[in-house]
Amino acid sequence: MSMNEGLYRTRKIKNAIAMALSSAAAVIGLGWLVWILATTLIKGGSALSLTLFTEMTPPPGAEGGLANALYGSVLISLLALAIGAPIGILAGLWLAEFARSSKLGTVIRFVNDILLSAPSIVIGLFVYTAVVIPMNHYTNGSISFSGFAGGLALAMLVIPVVTRTTDEMLQLQPASLREAALALGIPQWKVTLQILLRAAKAGVVTGVLLSMARITGETAPLLFTAFGNQFWNSNLLKPMASVPVTIFQFAMSPFETWQALAWAGALLLTIFVLALSILSRFVFSRKKGAQ
Amino acid sequence: MPAIPYTTANREQRERRAKRDTRHDRWFRITLLTAALLVLSVMLGAAISTLWGGRLAFSTFGWSFLTSSEWDVVNGRFGALVPIYGTLVTSLIALILAVPVSFGIALFLSEIAPPWLRTPVASAVELLAGIPSIIYGMWGLFIFGPFMAEYLAPWINDYLGAIPVIGGLFQGPALGIGMLSAGIILAIMILPFITSVMYEVFRTVPQQLKESAYALGSTTWEVCWDIVLPYTRSAVVGGIFLGLGRALGETMAVTFVLGNSHQLSMSLMMPSSSIASVIANEFNEAYTDLHRSSLIALGFLLFVVTFIVLMLARLMLARMSRRAGN
Repeated sequence: MSMNEGLYRTRKIKNAIAMALSSAAAVIGLGWLVWILATTLIKGGSALSLTLFTEMTPPPGAEGGLANALYGSVLISLLALAIGAPIGILAGLWLAEFARSSKLGTVIRFVNDILLSAPSIVIGLFVYTAVVIPMNHYTNGSISFSGFAGGLALAMLVIPVVTRTTDEMLQLQPASLREAALALGIPQWKVTLQILLRAAKAGVVTGVLLSMARITGETAPLLFTAFGNQFWNSNLLKPMASVPVTIFQFAMSPFETWQALAWAGALLLTIFVLALSILSRFVFSRKKGAQ
Repeated sequence: MPAIPYTTANREQRERRAKRDTRHDRWFRITLLTAALLVLSVMLGAAISTLWGGRLAFSTFGWSFLTSSEWDVVNGRFGALVPIYGTLVTSLIALILAVPVSFGIALFLSEIAPPWLRTPVASAVELLAGIPSIIYGMWGLFIFGPFMAEYLAPWINDYLGAIPVIGGLFQGPALGIGMLSAGIILAIMILPFITSVMYEVFRTVPQQLKESAYALGSTTWEVCWDIVLPYTRSAVVGGIFLGLGRALGETMAVTFVLGNSHQLSMSLMMPSSSIASVIANEFNEAYTDLHRSSLIALGFLLFVVTFIVLMLARLMLARMSRRAGN
């Protein structure tokens, strides 16, 4: 009996230790989040001002803003979405509607999942060797780094996210919906685009928002595609500034004004990304509530 | 378009429409297939273009590219050993630190936390996953690095450095930047990825299984260790590999705190470099073809390694979901 009690006690103690450690892990995990967010908020908040949006990135040591970098980021991201989102949606449609269990479909779904977490710096190298160098070569050096190349690199990060969510959302649509529409004699392209895609709209929009959140902070693929630019630039065939690359450059510098701008940029990025992920959750849950 | 009444008189009209619909459907299918094949071509393109861009380095150095620790820009001698070593070591540190903590958080979320606490904690973990990696890097450089140099490093030197055999790993100057710092930052970064996979699969364990174990008198810990974990093993390993894939290819979080040094060093307190950080730091300043080609060759190596790791991750996750489906 006493041996049993001893065993009982060790099991209880073991359990208590494990539970305590696991709760501690949760506290630690959240602690990091609070620490990082608080730092960004304090350091970035103190550097926040209206000139951020009105002035260009300054030369070393001088005061300035991030206007050109913000503008460049918006242009590059829009371009990336304009290229990546349609391709992603179409690829997702194909996977869900035409290749649910075919061999090619399985392979593409698998490759897409890998691309989801593939190192983005390699995508940057890919666009550099496949787009930047050839463009430079064929235009005799008048075009090399460009906002277009940057947008293309980011589009390759948009595609897997959108493909994945579209595929998943379409697969969730009831078969009866599909069959009812086809039984009415509606051609398949109309069933897919006007009935299924419309029914899955909220989910697909969520995917696009998530992909936007994903590319907003991406730095590595832009380093040697869009490069950077000290000036206001709307020409997609010229090097273009972006917020993440500017942060990278400024944070690594020894100049205080540059570092302050980097923190301000970091705060803007964080706020934007968090807002996007909350928005995407909202879009998705509202749809779920309506069903 | 109004419906065409089914009469014998308009048979031709009906046939024309059927034919047109078939034609449109065929084009639709081809368009979708093209988009899907583009996904495939991104993957192939990344592999082939980095291999092509790195051909000069591969042909110049051959296998010694992998085994040489020399990185001499001036004399044009490049070896990938230090970046490969740095990448593996930092990722390994990240895994060692992140896996137990992730497991703890997932356990907390699925078994311990009261329901009202679950959603906020789970969303907070997901938010952590959404923070751009460059923010982690900056935080590491400006906040964690000095903190490490001032408080952690002396302590690590004194206590961990005194342990026989592995002590050498922890002896070194209190710089604040180095492989250990980079590993810690990476651990924080991959923590949410591993946690969310674990939490998700822990929830797929059938309630009856857990309740049967509880009914037999198991403690919460025993249910987790003996029921939940064995049931979800392959997916948990898959999640860990997913985290590893992230850690290997992560650029920004590491570049800030690794120090970009090409010295091979046993001590984790010393600066080093990883594949991604070398590329990010040097690519735009590489003026010789050979230097640039070596960097692209590094990119190819990184791509191959992460591809294999992520492939294993996906295969293990797929095995789990197949079983859940049955």
